[in-house]
Amino acid sequence: MLTKRIIPCLDIKDGRTVKGTNFVNLIDAGNPVELATMYAQQGADELVFLDITATVEKRKTLNNLVNKIAHHINIPFTVGGGISSVEDVSMLLQNGADKISVNTSAFKNPLLINNLAKEFGSQCVVLAIDTKKENDGEWYVYLNGGRLKTEIKCFDWAKQAVDLGAGEILLTSMNNDGTKQGFALDITKQLAETLSVPIIASGGGGTMQHFVDVFQQAKADAALAASVFHFKEIVIPDLKRYLCEQNIEVRI
Amino acid sequence: MQLTIIKYNAGNIQSVLYALERIGVKAVVTDDIQQIQSADKIIFPGVGEASTAMNYLKERRLDEVIKNLTQPVLGICLGMQLMCKYSEENNTECLGIFDETVKLFRPTLEIKNKVPQIGWNNIYDLKNSLFNNIQQNSYCYFVHSYYASIGNHTIATTNYIQPYSSALHKNNFYGVQFHPEKSAVVGEKIITNFLNLKS
Repeated sequence: MLTKRIIPCLDIKDGRTVKGTNFVNLIDAGNPVELATMYAQQGADELVFLDITATVEKRKTLNNLVNKIAHHINIPFTVGGGISSVEDVSMLLQNGADKISVNTSAFKNPLLINNLAKEFGSQCVVLAIDTKKENDGEWYVYLNGGRLKTEIKCFDWAKQAVDLGAGEILLTSMNNDGTKQGFALDITKQLAETLSVPIIASGGGGTMQHFVDVFQQAKADAALAASVFHFKEIVIPDLKRYLCEQNIEVRI
Repeated sequence: MQLTIIKYNAGNIQSVLYALERIGVKAVVTDDIQQIQSADKIIFPGVGEASTAMNYLKERRLDEVIKNLTQPVLGICLGMQLMCKYSEENNTECLGIFDETVKLFRPTLEIKNKVPQIGWNNIYDLKNSLFNNIQQNSYCYFVHSYYASIGNHTIATTNYIQPYSSALHKNNFYGVQFHPEKSAVVGEKIITNFLNLKS
């Protein structure tokens, strides 16, 4: 049976792994290549690297880092952050990335998704959405790392992106991110049950039970977390054993 | 040993090269017919679309070259699918090394799986030395929308919507639907087993 996936996320700033709460207050969390290798050995199913300082002059640094990671790890990995063109993606894939994720640039230019899917195949195009539930009870899309609100609802954008060729959705709830109070089950479930592509739930995973909930209740295909893994509050082998005991299919 | 990776317009060659490097093996990436024919072992990788890839191979006569190879050949993902008879992906006549046909995953009312299949799934009914020291039900990494049916050449089975061929074998030709280069330790063992096959 196809398993549920556990995906550690490494936020990269100036070549180091960092972690903040609700996208701010960043602290150093280690060397990305070492962390990536350790996670692969522990049984992580995939890895995601998000370059949160992606500027033009930093692209080369990122490409070099991706190349180092690709040499060392034997599981698939996704790279995101500041990707806005077919050329950016081409460079990252040539350096060994398996998938790339786009966010703000795709929202501003939805045809980018279409172009990337045509050029490289949907299987390597992950659409990342940062979303926040407002007082009206609706989930809205946010851009620029969560700093800019839009009037577009999360579900509508996700659906449009899938129609344009996105192969997976990486859904981060800003309300939940960094809180360790659990994933956003309602919006994750809506996307997972309606869309034809896998949904990676992100933001809020704090206990092993939260992962059970996001798989069993919200039907997520994969769950992503950062700080709980970086600071060893949850270790992947324990998490996978726990999920297995709850009859959730995982790779052990 | 001369190991050659066939270069054509379907990606993931870099990942295969890095995986070989981790195992400690060097490979040549080429579309030069002579270099392909003179290799001891050949890897035929691939991520992409079937008809575009077949056209590319035909334009360079690589289709005939691949079919007539006598040394061990390992097709990966699209590479394996292209070694089959026919693919539903844009109605493509493929190389016809394996009799199996390649079909699109079609979710049913009862089984609403997502397409493509992305992630780790197990391989079972393992029947070939390609899987020496690989346990039944080991997990491998898959990314695909089309699958090869079960047939005479099936040497590994995986279940997604229905059972299908996750590996095929006929004479010197081997094909795997999953990505051994991305399948952690299990994948590295399978690549090593291929490299250890007697030519």
